[in-house]
Amino acid sequence: MYSEKVIQHFTKPKNMGNIKNPDGIGRAGNPVCGDIMELFVKIKTDKKKDIIKDLKFQTLGCAAAISTSDVACEILKGKTVEQALKIKAKDIVKELGGLPPAKIHCSLLAIEALQAAIKNYQKKKENKK
Amino acid sequence: MKIYLDYASTSPVDQKVFFAMKPYLNGQFFGNPSSFHLFGQEAKKAIDDSREKIADFFGCVPEEITFTGSATEANNTVIFGSVKPFTHLSLKPHLITTAFEHKSVFMPYKELESIGAEVTYLPTTKEGFVKVLDVKKALKKNTVLVSIMYANNEIGAIQPIAEIGKIIKSASQKQKSKIYFHTDAVQAVQYLDCNVKGLGVDFLTFSGHKIYGPKGIGGFYKRKGVPLFPLIYGGGQERNLRAGTENVSFIAGLGEAISQVAQNKQKIVQIRSLKQRLISGIIKVVPESKLNGVIKNYLPNIINFSFKGVEGEAIGLALSQQGIAVSTGSACEAQDLKPSRSLVALGLGPEDTHGSIRISIGKFTTEKEVDKFLKVFPIVIARLRKISGHKATKNRKLITYN
Repeated sequence: MYSEKVIQHFTKPKNMGNIKNPDGIGRAGNPVCGDIMELFVKIKTDKKKDIIKDLKFQTLGCAAAISTSDVACEILKGKTVEQALKIKAKDIVKELGGLPPAKIHCSLLAIEALQAAIKNYQKKKENKK
Repeated sequence: MKIYLDYASTSPVDQKVFFAMKPYLNGQFFGNPSSFHLFGQEAKKAIDDSREKIADFFGCVPEEITFTGSATEANNTVIFGSVKPFTHLSLKPHLITTAFEHKSVFMPYKELESIGAEVTYLPTTKEGFVKVLDVKKALKKNTVLVSIMYANNEIGAIQPIAEIGKIIKSASQKQKSKIYFHTDAVQAVQYLDCNVKGLGVDFLTFSGHKIYGPKGIGGFYKRKGVPLFPLIYGGGQERNLRAGTENVSFIAGLGEAISQVAQNKQKIVQIRSLKQRLISGIIKVVPESKLNGVIKNYLPNIINFSFKGVEGEAIGLALSQQGIAVSTGSACEAQDLKPSRSLVALGLGPEDTHGSIRISIGKFTTEKEVDKFLKVFPIVIARLRKISGHKATKNRKLITYN
C-alpha cells in the first residue's frame, strides 16, 4: 500500500519534535479531517536572503501525514524562503516515491503548514521593525 | 512472532473445515450438483448435507436455507428481493434500519432510498444499542422491511433482536400487512443463540469466513412462505433464489464450520477472559485510553478503543511492523475517507473516531499473544504520541466491569 520511502519516514522520522524559540510556527489541518501538523522553523538572514536553517514538525495523523511532514522538512532545509514557497505538494509526493490515491491530499498538509510558518515569521519580522 | 487480532475481519480456515472441503476440490468429487448422474449426485449430497447441518443450527428446515457467494450478496438479495414487489405500488415502501449497519446493508438501503423508498435510520444509545421502543415508534402503515444487525462488527454491541421481532410481529398482525424482519447475523453466529424462531426473524444472513470457514461463501435463512425475488437469474439453482452452479466445496466447508460452532461453545469462556485481560491491560499500560461501548451485552471477542493524540491508521501500521494485526475505525484507512458509522452512532467526536482501533480475538488467540501485545502496544502509542507532540497525562481510572 505504501512505498518503502513512506514507511522509512513513518518509522524513523528525523525531523519530529519542536524548536525552542522558533522564528516561525505554522499549523495546518483540522481535527475533523484527522490530520493536524505543527511546523517550527528557524530562519537566518544571510546576504539579504532568508534561509531556512532548521525545521521540526509535530503531526497527529496517519502514516502518509507523518511521512509527508518529515520528508517536507528534508526538502525545505537549506532553501531560501522564496524557493521554499515554490515547493508543490506533488514534489513531496514524488520524493516519497508516490502515495496511494486516497492519501495524496495529505501532502498538502506540509505545504499549508509551511505557508503559515513563513507568514508567522514575516509578521514577527514586521513587528520587530 | 505474528499475532492476529483481527478475527472480526476474517478468520483462518479450521483444519476440519479444510478436510471437509478437500474431496470437492482435488477431483475426487467434481460433478455438477444439477446433473442427474452419479457424479452430479455425489456433489449434490454434499450440498444437501451442509444445508441440513446449517438448518439444524438455526432451528429451521433445510428448504429455508439459501447459499450465496458472500454475506454481502445475501444481504443484497434479502433487501432488494423483499422490497421489489412494493416498488411498483403508488404508496412508497418504508424501510427501517440502524445508523450503524454493515455497508452491505447500508448501501442497498441507500440505493433503495435513491429510487424513492422512504428510509428510517434508527439511532443507537451511546452504549451502542438500538432501543426497542424506537423501532416501535418508527413502524408505519407502509413499512415493509426492518433490517437490524444481530451484533455490531466494529464495537460488538448485541442488539435486542428477539424483542424487536415480537414488536414487529404484533404490529404486522395489527395492521394486517406483513412487515418483514431481517437480521445480519454474520458476527453473531460464532457466539450467540441463532435460533430463528426465538429471534422471530423472517430473514437471517450468515457468512463462512467469520466462523473459520472459507471466504466467498455465505447465505441466508428465509422463513417458509415469505416471498422473495432473486438478484441473479439463470438456471434456477437454490430454488430459483440464486442461480449459478453451486460452489460445492465451499458449501461443504460452511456446513462443517457451522457444526464446529455448535461444538466449540466452551471456547467462549476462554475468549471472554482474554477480552477482559486485554481491556484491563490496555487501560493499565496506555494513559488516556477509552473503551468504546460497554462490556455487558457485547460480543466476547470484539474490543474498540480510542486513544488521545494518535491516529488509528498509524497505530495499525506501526503494530503491523511489529507483527501484530488490528483494524481501525479511522477515516484515514477507509476507502471513502469517512469515519466508522458505528463510532459516530455512539456519539464519538472526530478526534476519538480517528484515534480508534478494533481488536478482535478468536479461538486461536492465546494468553501469550495477548501479553505480547500488551508489551508492544504502549511503546507504539508512546512513539506516535512523541511524533504528534501529545503529552499524555496520568492513567485514567480503571473502568469497572458490569
